[in-house]
Amino acid sequence: MSGHLPVDKTFKLFIGGAFPRSESGHTFQVHGADGQFLANAAKASRKDLRETVRAARSAQSGWAGRTAYNRGQVLYRVAEMLDARADEFVDLLRNAGRTPRAARREVEQSVDRWVWYAGWADKVHQVLGTVNPVAGPYFNFTVPEPTGVVVQAVPDDPPLLGLTSRVAPAIVTGNTSIVLSGAGSALVAMSLAEVLATSDVPGGVVNVLTGDVAALLPWALGHLDVNAVDLAGAPDDLPDEALADAAENVKRLVHGNPDDASPMLVAAFLELKTVWHPIGR
Amino acid sequence: MADEQGFDLDYAPAPESTGIVELADEYGLYIGGEFVEARSGRTFDTISPSTEERLATVSEAGAEDVDRAVAAARTAFEDHWRDTPGTVRARYLYRIARQLQERSREFAVLETMDGGKPIRESRDVDLPLVAAHFFHHAGWADKLEYAFPNRRVAPHGVAGQVIPWNFPMLMAAWKLAPALACGNTVVLKPAETTPLTALLLAEVLNDVGLPPGVVNVVTGAGETGAALVEHPGVDKLAFTGSTEVGKRIQRSAAVRRLPLTLELGGKAANVVFEDAALDQAVEGVVQGIWFNQGHVCCAGSRLLVQESIAGDFVERLHARMARLRVGDPLDKNTDVGAINSAEHLARITALVESGVEEGAVLHQSACDLPDRGFWFAPTVFTEVQQSHRIAREEVFGPVLAVQTFRTPEEAVEKANNTPYGLSAGIWTEKGSKVHWMAERLRAGVVWANTFNRFDPASPFGGYKESGFGREGGLTGLGAYVRDAGGVSR
Repeated sequence: MSGHLPVDKTFKLFIGGAFPRSESGHTFQVHGADGQFLANAAKASRKDLRETVRAARSAQSGWAGRTAYNRGQVLYRVAEMLDARADEFVDLLRNAGRTPRAARREVEQSVDRWVWYAGWADKVHQVLGTVNPVAGPYFNFTVPEPTGVVVQAVPDDPPLLGLTSRVAPAIVTGNTSIVLSGAGSALVAMSLAEVLATSDVPGGVVNVLTGDVAALLPWALGHLDVNAVDLAGAPDDLPDEALADAAENVKRLVHGNPDDASPMLVAAFLELKTVWHPIGR
Repeated sequence: MADEQGFDLDYAPAPESTGIVELADEYGLYIGGEFVEARSGRTFDTISPSTEERLATVSEAGAEDVDRAVAAARTAFEDHWRDTPGTVRARYLYRIARQLQERSREFAVLETMDGGKPIRESRDVDLPLVAAHFFHHAGWADKLEYAFPNRRVAPHGVAGQVIPWNFPMLMAAWKLAPALACGNTVVLKPAETTPLTALLLAEVLNDVGLPPGVVNVVTGAGETGAALVEHPGVDKLAFTGSTEVGKRIQRSAAVRRLPLTLELGGKAANVVFEDAALDQAVEGVVQGIWFNQGHVCCAGSRLLVQESIAGDFVERLHARMARLRVGDPLDKNTDVGAINSAEHLARITALVESGVEEGAVLHQSACDLPDRGFWFAPTVFTEVQQSHRIAREEVFGPVLAVQTFRTPEEAVEKANNTPYGLSAGIWTEKGSKVHWMAERLRAGVVWANTFNRFDPASPFGGYKESGFGREGGLTGLGAYVRDAGGVSR
């Protein structure tokens, strides 16, 4: 016997750049594909969600105020840090039932996707913005702007690529994100939170709440300081009433596939602002 | 009215002739290219809000009628319209634009008769923009692969479109033109107080040879609109109107995961800095709130004026509003026409009373309002607190709430202190300040040193509770095609 017992990681939540436990004190057990106990994950409460919305809201204008060049570099830094910890994520994905090859491939694709979206930071305006030839002496242009605070129910499968594919297009333009992650992705999501926490992503830009997504999502849909909800990983049996509550403050609802990669997905988390100014001497 | 030297400044009446409009006594629904009686058996009268005279009796579409209209749109979509080449769809839209230009005056007069807006506006603003909107979108119909590169462009199918009474023809154009350009068919529901121009437009659609069922018009009130919105045969919804109704529509569409565009209410701030060209700013504020009696979702209904010039500015504003001519909307000299309906007049009156009760200071221009019809004098409130209803709620009438600010930061905070986010105005001669403000105002349209400008090439739509999706330009077009990437919202 070597006398060394591995130190197991305690998984908590990721809120405003810190790693607190759930205020509720609740946890849930996460098991691997083979049924073996892996870890306890924090079970976020409605109150945790409310606190997280505050953190995401206060981080939003600062993040949106960064230059696009800077946000691009921050996302690229995420790719660097993820790549550096690739083996850890391969292990997490293998625990979730992936073959070594598939696990490696998902990590590589996720790194690639962070890099791909990093590059969109200073290009999306040129693809989605327009200068409009109005019939009069006005300079008229349309620019995209972040919609604000986005709650994202991320897919359980693929855990890392799904999380990456939803979060990166939301934050690259200056939104802040609140990730709701269920049992299938919780450990991957919290490990990615550690990557984000060490990647120059300002606190509050990405927040991760693990727990019962079906229970948290209705509160998010009804929250008046949330601008958009991403339903890519929402449970199929989400009650109609919860979806309808999104109308309470005219939320933007975003649908899509777990591993979409498209500038249209970036666009789904944007508003368009049109500015008019007279031309004259 | 006389000036200081005693010269008479009154204008002789200059009414536009209504002879150009041939009103029928009764109008049916426009379904499958024909005008048909409603199976509901119900009708309603549409009146002139400036005279309260009945103009015509209009069919009220019931659930069965809406069903028929959706079925006609579905048949047209599947039988031919979705396979009609873009070049051909373009040709129909060009034809519509041309015929509307040719019959522009007739439409303008009818719009003013049915809705109460000044003929000067329906003639010089609404109808020219309507024709321009069809003309602009005609040119998109055969260029969709360039509008949406790297995407497989496909129409949604049947679009259900519900439009308001403040710009009846213009809103019909904003809805129909992009839908048709992208290959959708449409069931359009005009507002119950202003159904007539949409029905006249239906005649034009027949005249240009648009195939039956591509556009259908179902007239009626909220019940008709609800039947259309709830109809399972509709693939895409678009609504312009109040935030209250818009939220109800979103509730329904969200559950069905139906593509939706909403253009809802607003409470726009018009921000005037001390370094603005003041007389131009006064004109802009006047244009911002009294255009179309303030029945404008993007109206500049909150004036935020820098404290250092507030007294002077409000004085200039009072002087200018005293010169506004309120009255017969068919008179070519009229600046402010009739309030659209008795019901809406009651709402404006109640909100203005709340302003007085809550302690704001009321100023109205002295004007003789006609005995018959629905009228409200141009109104300015000063000493307005943020908590006052007139500062928070959309009046949708000729009522301006004035607040002051000291710094640009305070102006931004006050301007954004609303659940709405449709439009905003900035008045300053300093270019860098224009852009600094424009960046920070949470609104879909920002007018700097101008206000209430519209163009088919310029996207229009809101942030926050003013809705989502855009109308106009390339982005507006995007609301009427499916996304191949599976992304939608």
